[in-house]
Amino acid sequence: MEMPAPNTMVLSAKSHIVARLRQVLPRDAVIEDETETRAYECDALTAYRCPPLAVVLPRTTAEVSDVLRICFEEGVPVVPRGSGTSLAGGALPTADCVILGVARMNGVLETDYDNRFIRVQSGRTNLSVTGAVEADGFFYAPDPSSQLACAIAGNIAMNSGGAHCLKYGVTTNNLLGVTLVQMDGTVLEIGGPYMDAGGLDLLGVICGSEGQLGVVTEATLRILPKPEGARPVLVGFDSNEVAGECVSDIIKAGVLPVAIEFMDRPCIEATEAFAKAGYPMCEALLIIEVEGSPAEIDEQLALIKTIALRHNPVEFREAADEDQAKRIWLGRKSAFGAMGQINDYMCLDGTIPVSSLPYVLRRIGEMSKEIGLDVANVFHAGDGNMHPLILFDANKPGDLEKCEALGADILRLCVEVGGCLTGEHGVGIEKRDLMNVQFAPEDLEAQLWVKDVFDPRWLLNPAKVFPLSVTAGRRAA
Amino acid sequence: MKPTSEAQLAEFIRSAAGPIVVRGGGTRTIGACAGEVLETGGLSGVALYEPGALTLVAGAGTPLAQVEALLAAEGQRLPFEVPDMRGLLGREGHSTLGGVVAANASGPRRVQSGACRDSLIGVRFVDGAGTVIKNGGRVMKNVTGYDLVKLMAGSWGTLGVISEVAFKLLPVPEAGATLILHGLSDQQAVEAMAAALGSPFEVSGAAHWPGQGTFLRIEGFSASVAYRAGQLQRHLAGFGAVEVEEGTARWAGIRDVAPFHAAKGDVWRLSVKPSDAPAIVAQMGADAVLYDWGGGLIWALVEAGADLRGRIAGFEGHATRVRGCVGPGAFPPELPGVAVLTRGLRAKFDPRDILNTGLMDA
Repeated sequence: MEMPAPNTMVLSAKSHIVARLRQVLPRDAVIEDETETRAYECDALTAYRCPPLAVVLPRTTAEVSDVLRICFEEGVPVVPRGSGTSLAGGALPTADCVILGVARMNGVLETDYDNRFIRVQSGRTNLSVTGAVEADGFFYAPDPSSQLACAIAGNIAMNSGGAHCLKYGVTTNNLLGVTLVQMDGTVLEIGGPYMDAGGLDLLGVICGSEGQLGVVTEATLRILPKPEGARPVLVGFDSNEVAGECVSDIIKAGVLPVAIEFMDRPCIEATEAFAKAGYPMCEALLIIEVEGSPAEIDEQLALIKTIALRHNPVEFREAADEDQAKRIWLGRKSAFGAMGQINDYMCLDGTIPVSSLPYVLRRIGEMSKEIGLDVANVFHAGDGNMHPLILFDANKPGDLEKCEALGADILRLCVEVGGCLTGEHGVGIEKRDLMNVQFAPEDLEAQLWVKDVFDPRWLLNPAKVFPLSVTAGRRAA
Repeated sequence: MKPTSEAQLAEFIRSAAGPIVVRGGGTRTIGACAGEVLETGGLSGVALYEPGALTLVAGAGTPLAQVEALLAAEGQRLPFEVPDMRGLLGREGHSTLGGVVAANASGPRRVQSGACRDSLIGVRFVDGAGTVIKNGGRVMKNVTGYDLVKLMAGSWGTLGVISEVAFKLLPVPEAGATLILHGLSDQQAVEAMAAALGSPFEVSGAAHWPGQGTFLRIEGFSASVAYRAGQLQRHLAGFGAVEVEEGTARWAGIRDVAPFHAAKGDVWRLSVKPSDAPAIVAQMGADAVLYDWGGGLIWALVEAGADLRGRIAGFEGHATRVRGCVGPGAFPPELPGVAVLTRGLRAKFDPRDILNTGLMDA
């Protein structure tokens, strides 16, 4: 993966830059020692690493503002970092950058149940936002798989989703306001505890901008009352096509499950070997979860059962109690761990129109055979967000390159059928050079204008999202 | 000018010599700007509708009514309950999808299903230089690049002329009911609505019309609606008797602000923190108000020419004049730092400043 050559002027000014940062931050908030900065050399896309020039861990919006103003004055690129769980390399450093980590800003600032919002510092982890309100019967809806570790700052940067967004939407649908620090240190309040921010929807474009428009230090998030209960069913099919048709029929029937998860045979086999959840061995498996009171759940599941039985499933498994419900989710929740146990893998994130599911799965199978790497599919079927896992051996020369080539081909396929490169992980560096597949030059140019306006000197996370060739002139300016 | 293709639209903007007033159906326009009128009604037609994927793609000039009928035939709908503004604004004509998006028009169901911008998954538009730009697509989850889809929603034609839109849809529920509480003060009503919206019983509308009642809507499968109506009656017992009315017919009137149709005066729309709403209403001295979104949206009827913003200083939120004297000032002023960004964006997307020039300026 190509990254821009570091700015030698910045590298040689390291001690001056660190000294200036130390003037505005407490001693323990600036890390410059080369053994310590190594901890920040990558995020969850571990194939690519580069220790940064320095790391700062501010505790307040004012400190973030001071750091950014200094970096702006010194011409130092800044890579914002939440918890570093990006699968796309969103927080990958360059040698000339300052990593601005928000992990120490993790407080709850305000909880308001009457108006159904919580205001938090952005370093707070996703799950601990729910943790702060669940005793009172509320929750924060977006639930990325990494929710135990990932920070709200990163969720906002990547517009993170999760398994339950079919009903509750993704981050952008649950974000009411932010405190945004611009690259020159300016602090802006956008939106708040009311439903429209007013004026142009800047909040909408900040969310998902991958840390390129500003650093979010505080966020006002919508919280929702917890449903009375939830229950999954598991349905096995002997073909992907039929499973896909079943999903479509359920949606057409007017049921809106909170989650519809899909696993194919390679994924079922791997997770069974690892987690022993007792899944049926079949070509395709759906986990469908609905919410409500016990009677409401019964009613929805009865309808789902009627529809599913029309498709001759090999198994329709209901959960009689909490323990059985957990077992239905067990395999799905351990899918990634199972894959990691048997292989190195690369997790893709393209989204496709639900109607293209059978075709895309068939093509992925063919492409996988051609290149000689196995692919297991596990994904959010209700919204078409796929997660093909390409299995490879990192110790085998050439395997990573083969894997990346197959990954790129699969993402091209997603775009070809009317979908997109990434449904919830973000572009980062991983899909940066595929942006031309999805967007015409003028489509990208319009996005670059937004960055020009928010960060005219192109110092914030500059080597991400867009192909380097497209941004070269701007980054040099 | 009424282009019948995106290419024609682009050519018209490219060769425009002066300001352009962008017009869909003209049913929800607010504020004022001058220039040659560009009608989008020729960019009409449904390009794609997949009920099994809950997805619709259509030209910006497609009449809303046509789309609503098409979706209804499949038991689906736009999730955000588009208000019909003709009665309130005294307009004729047919609302278009592009106009709905440009206004981010969103009705009472916003408390549950979000605004227009939350259901909008793709746009094509022509910028002020005449370049065709696309963003988003036809899939529900998409974080590829910056989300210009949101930026276009509610931009009132000032960043580009929308040529095509894509929405995610929702099924029409089998049944619905309206719960009515009588005799509550504004303060009590907002508290009752907060209690309902903070319950697990999935309220899809929460409005208060002073003097007429406080209304809560629930929708879903019949048995579930009956169950939740009963639960809410118990949950809200502290606020008095809760009448249950079958169906949801009265919500069209709330959505369209029917109480103000025949009344004289300016109409303002305030977006506020719900619990602040009663104090704001007490302070602003309106002739009449209608609370929606649990208090988060206030429709206010005031005497013509009144400076409503001056009367609500000190509260969070903002106010838009949707009916009243023609001229600038319909849209709320922006904070200085935010104004720098919006000016910068307009200069990029519309470098000649010809699209609905000055419309959103305070």
